Parts: sequence; structure tokens; C-alpha cells
Amino acid sequence: MSFLRPILSFAGGLGFQLELLGAVLIRVGSIPKRWTLISEQVFQSAVQTVHVVLLVGIFMGMIVALQTGIELARIGQQDQIGTIVAVSMAREMGPFITATILAATAGSSMAAEIGTMSVSDELSALEVLSIDRIKLLILPRIVALAIAAPLLTILCDTIGIIGGGFVASSQLNVSWQLYFDSATEALTDQAALIALPKDVYGGLVKAFVFGLLISIIGCSAGLNARGGALGVGRATRQAVRDSIIAIIISNYFMTWLMYQA
Amino acid sequence: MDEVVIRLRDVHKRFGTNEVLRGLSFDVKRGKTLAIMGPSGTGKSVALRHIIGLLKPDSGSVEVEGREVTKLSKKELSSLRKRMGFLFQEGALINWLSVGDNIALPLRENTDMKESEIMERVQKRLELVRIPDSAKKMPSEISGGMKKRVGLARALITDPEIVLYDEPNAGLDPEISRSINELIRDVQRELHVTSIVVEHRIPCIRTVADEVLFLEEGRALVQVPPDEFFSSTLPRLVQFLGPDPVARANALDQ
Repeated sequence: MSFLRPILSFAGGLGFQLELLGAVLIRVGSIPKRWTLISEQVFQSAVQTVHVVLLVGIFMGMIVALQTGIELARIGQQDQIGTIVAVSMAREMGPFITATILAATAGSSMAAEIGTMSVSDELSALEVLSIDRIKLLILPRIVALAIAAPLLTILCDTIGIIGGGFVASSQLNVSWQLYFDSATEALTDQAALIALPKDVYGGLVKAFVFGLLISIIGCSAGLNARGGALGVGRATRQAVRDSIIAIIISNYFMTWLMYQA
Repeated sequence: MDEVVIRLRDVHKRFGTNEVLRGLSFDVKRGKTLAIMGPSGTGKSVALRHIIGLLKPDSGSVEVEGREVTKLSKKELSSLRKRMGFLFQEGALINWLSVGDNIALPLRENTDMKESEIMERVQKRLELVRIPDSAKKMPSEISGGMKKRVGLARALITDPEIVLYDEPNAGLDPEISRSINELIRDVQRELHVTSIVVEHRIPCIRTVADEVLFLEEGRALVQVPPDEFFSSTLPRLVQFLGPDPVARANALDQ
């Protein structure tokens, strides 16, 4: 039954993570005072990850275009490549790829930073000094990732569509014009509440939720780190593993709510 | 001046199967400094963490200023902690904040003081701990001894009435250790605080302590003034401090 261990461990941490989310929500009023810390965290989690998102995003768009393009070419429908790449990137690939990258970079870094503070008495020092560690450490990280994830997702969607266009024009004989016409047409359905294409909007909602999940899981793993360097390593590994589980499970339910329910 | 500020009574604490405190009791009077000494693993640091409310005893009582620490609400505990300072073994500085920002943190987070007043106070504390030009340095750029000084400056920034030192000399060479001891003594003299110092080193105890508590297997063996402690003929103390009276006398002179 050892294969169930990661899932049981993930479920076991849910109570603490919900408690942490609640603690953050009741402190949202202090966001303006924390703006410097939040912007530093946005820089660390978003700006320092941009190049990875661009690289992975462009190749993901190229892969989707190539995989679908070959099959579509067989039935003479390669002019639909733009539609498929645009919808896949906006609905699924963009938010998912961005979230996975953020889980591996920002989420693990949060767990390691806070975990190191935990095992080196820095968190105890904050407690002794009567300093609210949620306001100082957790809130800025969660807000920053909730901002960074949608921004990076827009970037990933855009570069992925461009990458798909490159493959479509160079390998599948679809002109840039035709590719982009079909891509933009696929994203014309407006969302009900906001002036954004519905698929883009849905993807950004997912990205926002993923950002929250990754940061809450990363911070809670760090706060619970015990036992020196070994404990920090364990917390980091747990943060990445649990984030990916949470991204996949929540992704299914959000997709179901947005497109099926 | 004989009012008891810190009182522990029959405190027991167990971590898993390891019972660290086994009925620890002692008092600290206002304005006095108690040094806690004893073999490793007898619960000296654990006792300190009970006083500041970082740990809760399995049984027994921990009173600070006449209030039972274990029964305080979060808000009450936070308010009590604002009147206390704690120096951690390694200083426990926040790594991503500069020395000045570390010291200023409690004032920035918990008060409405103006930035100019905060910085003025930070500078005074840096001067008190004899590192006046270090405000802009990062914790990674300073030595272990300086980290302890910064930790002490941070612990003193809110003008606490009680200061707890967890092995202030651990890992320091004799010269820096001597200067830290003098610093602790100066803090006592200038700020008239009540202190507990967990310490192994005899010179430190000789410099700072009004009383010495010897902890043995989680209990207080004796609590006496330093001269009486170092001249004791109790077999356990003789065994701990060294059997050779000449060596003990030399130790006293260090």
C-alpha cells in the first residue's frame, strides 16, 4: 500500500492548509502595508521564472501543433491547427504548465525558505517577539503567487500559440495568416463577467487557484519542517509532490465546473 | 526588591519517551540574574522555552509576573512577551533582513512609532551592544559573536523587564565570550532587568550571576550564590566542576 502514501500524506495536510488559508483571509486587510514584501515575492516567483515559462511554453505549443497537425493533415483539416493549439493552450496547457513550473520553483523555494527559518529558530524568534508570522511571511507569498500565476499563464498561452504557428507554417504548410485567423476565431467567445475570451478567462481562473494552492502547500510544508537540513529537504519534496497532486485534482473539478456543469 | 518575578513549580516535560524535566522548581527575584548550569540534556533550554511560552509543561506551573503562562490567551501571552527578551543560541536573525531591520522589526510590526524614532532607537541599541556601524550589514556577512550581539540588541529593543539568554557563549572563543559576558552585565546594570542565563562556562557565571541553579536529570539540585556554588563540597558538584580544588580555584580566577 506504499503507493497510497503520497495521497494519504496529501489528505493529512489538508486541515492545516485550510486553517492557514483561513488565517490569511482574515488578514487580507493588511495587504496594502505589505506591498513591498509582496512585490519582492512577485519578482522572485514570476520574474525569475519567466525564461522557463517561455521556453517550456513555446515547445509545448510546438508539440501540440505537431501532434495534432500530423493527424489533421491526413484528413485535410490542417487549417484547424490554430484552433486546437489556441484552445488547448488557453484552457489547459498554459495554466497547467505554468503551475507545474511554479510548483517546482516558487513552491519548493517557499517550503525551503520557511522550513529553514523553522529549523533555525527564526520562526520561534518571531513568536517570541510577538510578530505575526502569517502577515510577515505567509500573506505576501500567497498574494504574490496568486498574482504571478495568471500573469505567467498569459505569457505561456501567447508564446505557446506562437510556437504552434511556427510549426504549422514551417512543417505543415499552413500559412501564418490562416493559423492566426483560426486561433483568434477560436478565442472569440466572450466570458460573461469580464471582457476576455471565455477560454482565456477560464484558464486564468485556474491559474489563480493553482497559485493559491501552490503557495499554501509550500508555506505549510515549510512551517511544519522539523529536524534540520533533512527536515527542510523533506518539506521541499512534500511541497512539490502535494502541489502537483492538488493541481491535477483541482484542474479536473474546475474543468468540469466550467465546461460540463 | 525581593519580589519573585519568575516561578516554576514541579514542572514536568516529556518528548516522546524522553522525560526532560522531572519536577523542576525555582524562583527568580526582580532585578536578579539566575544562571542555570548542568550537564547537556538536563533541560536547561527547555526550561527557558517554558518561561517564554514556546513550550507547555505536561504538568506543573510556570508563573511570570504572578501570571500562569500556560493559562494565558494568545493575546495575553503576546502582551507578556513584549515585556520579555530572548536571546537564542545562534541569534536566530531573520536572514533576509539587514541587521538594522532585524532589530527594528518588533517596533515596525507592533508599534506606530515613526521610522526616524525607530532608527534612532536601533542605533542606541547597536551602540549598547558595541557594534554601532553594523545596521546595513546582512546576517550572512557577520560573525557568530556579532550575530549574538544583534540578537541581544533585538531582544532589548522593546525595553524588556526580563531577558532570557540561551547559551550566549556557545561556539565563541574566550575573548569574544568575555566581551559577551561584560555586555550581559552592562545590560543588567543599565536596564535593571531580571535575567536567566543558561550557561556552561564558569567565567560567564562568575561575571553575570547573582545565583546559580544546578540542574540534574530535570530537577534543581541546588540554587545558591556563585561563591557558595563554586566552593560547594556536594559530591555531584565536585564531580561536575572537577575534583581538583586547585583547578577549580583557577577556574574561578579566569
